[in-house]
Amino acid sequence: MIAPQSEAPPEAILSCSGLGKHFGPVRALTDVSFWAMPGEVTALIGDNGAGKSTLVRCLVGVHRPDEGKIRFDGRINPFSSPDEARKSGIETVHQNLALVDELTVAQNLYLNREIVRRIGPFNFLDRGAMNRGAHAMLLRLSINVPSVGQRVRRLSGGQRQAISICRAVGAGAKVVVMDEPTAALGVQETANVEALIRRLKEEKVSVILVSHNFDQVRRLSDQVWVMRAGRVVASVRSAETTGNQLVALVTGAN
Amino acid sequence: MSSERTPTFGARDTDEGRRPSWAAILLTPSFWADWASAVGLIGLVILFGILQPVFLTPPNIQALLLASAILIVLSIGQTFVVMTAGIDLSLAASVMLGAIVLGMTNAAGWGIGTACIAALLVTSLIGFLNGLLITLGKIPDFVVTLGSLSAVTGLALILSGGEPIMVGSTFLLRLASGSIGIFGYPFLIAVAVAAISHVVLYHTRFGIHLMATGGQQESARSLGIHTGRIRVAAYTISGLCAGVTSILLVSRIGSAEPTINTNLLLNSVAAVVLGGVSLFGGRGSILGPLLGALMLTTLVNGLTLLSVSAFYQPLAVGFIVVLAALIMRYQK
Repeated sequence: MIAPQSEAPPEAILSCSGLGKHFGPVRALTDVSFWAMPGEVTALIGDNGAGKSTLVRCLVGVHRPDEGKIRFDGRINPFSSPDEARKSGIETVHQNLALVDELTVAQNLYLNREIVRRIGPFNFLDRGAMNRGAHAMLLRLSINVPSVGQRVRRLSGGQRQAISICRAVGAGAKVVVMDEPTAALGVQETANVEALIRRLKEEKVSVILVSHNFDQVRRLSDQVWVMRAGRVVASVRSAETTGNQLVALVTGAN
Repeated sequence: MSSERTPTFGARDTDEGRRPSWAAILLTPSFWADWASAVGLIGLVILFGILQPVFLTPPNIQALLLASAILIVLSIGQTFVVMTAGIDLSLAASVMLGAIVLGMTNAAGWGIGTACIAALLVTSLIGFLNGLLITLGKIPDFVVTLGSLSAVTGLALILSGGEPIMVGSTFLLRLASGSIGIFGYPFLIAVAVAAISHVVLYHTRFGIHLMATGGQQESARSLGIHTGRIRVAAYTISGLCAGVTSILLVSRIGSAEPTINTNLLLNSVAAVVLGGVSLFGGRGSILGPLLGALMLTTLVNGLTLLSVSAFYQPLAVGFIVVLAALIMRYQK
């Protein structure tokens, strides 16, 4: 087991050091150093209130840390908003998935980055191109939905999760951040989403996975970071750890 | 997700997906819910056609279409707002103020073109202010537009002194009386407004963002859509439609009347509901409310031809709207 180092290796795609964040009197993060290697699945575990979500929100520009540095792609403290993070290649798959039920699969996949065709002074949606693009995006990740023209409302929980992940990857994300992607899913659908995350890894997309499920973390991730009470307490290779060790690290029992 | 893969996957290459047979479509309740206004319109036309042969004569159809133009334009304005999960109760008051501004600008010696533009600007401004109060002020749409309904009515009364203003313009006269075939110019204008609105809603990024904002505002916002701006734009478009309506209204009656037509407001909401637009936002069409407005006008026209007292008309409209809302529950 490796004690957490404070300096990220230079090849890390996304890293932070000495990160601190408080909300009024509540210290949410204290001196947090964390990094994700390119093409790996980096898991972040910890009990409720350990600071996982706050850390992730700082990394993707939702929160502005009070202390410390975030580094992405050679830039320091790169984002002041989630929108900027998205544009630079960090996509977040939100817990609520951020899908619009009444729109079709293709419309959701291209929401706010629609393909348009210019006719005179006006831009019109190029539905054909978006439907074809959506079809290709789904095919690339082997996601099965009946049709890209289907309203998202009619899809199952697993399919919706898959569409949301697909949108993140389709935007050309270098890093995809997933917050509890399988928390609300059944056994079969969880397996499907896990298979999808493995496929992302094959596609050389870096994944940061926030999860409560230690077995899932060991199945999917390359590196596990453990947080407790706003600090990073351990960073281990997933292959070199056991479920019991992770439980011990999360709870602080020795 | 290979385990979920169905044998049909890949076999179908079209982007539109499965098309069930017409018989199957006709048996689903959601079909009737989606097309309530079209079905109702056809039903009324058949009913009145049988009961009163005059109903289906070209002069009556021409008069009916002409009379429907005002409600169609206003309903389309209402549709934009309802699609964002809002409601605009100030529309009829805006129409009244627009008419008064048109009349006063014209009476002050400006050309009729300038007067019309002034009316459009004023009503759009009201919509814009409604939108700002709702989004920046974080006040519920119902309260804001109820307030502006009253305030705008008062403003129009103060400006006009409660007196009607004659608008003797040959341009407006020609607008009101001209026609191509049985289609009067006002009806053609309404159809043009509908066509433009349809393109804006379904073929532009703005339209998609509007539906996303109405459907799931939180999701839209987290994807970087400026939902506040979209909602302000929807109210502004609604105000613009009120301006067009006021021009049609002044051309129809030849003067700007300082009276508010609350029936017009209620019918605009009724037409939107009949047209299958979800009051929870995110779902709807332009053709639906257009047919809904046409249906309500047909109802009034037919009842009049059958010599039913005008007192029964609101009753009939009320019944039909509630009936439509019941059918909507089957909308998927």
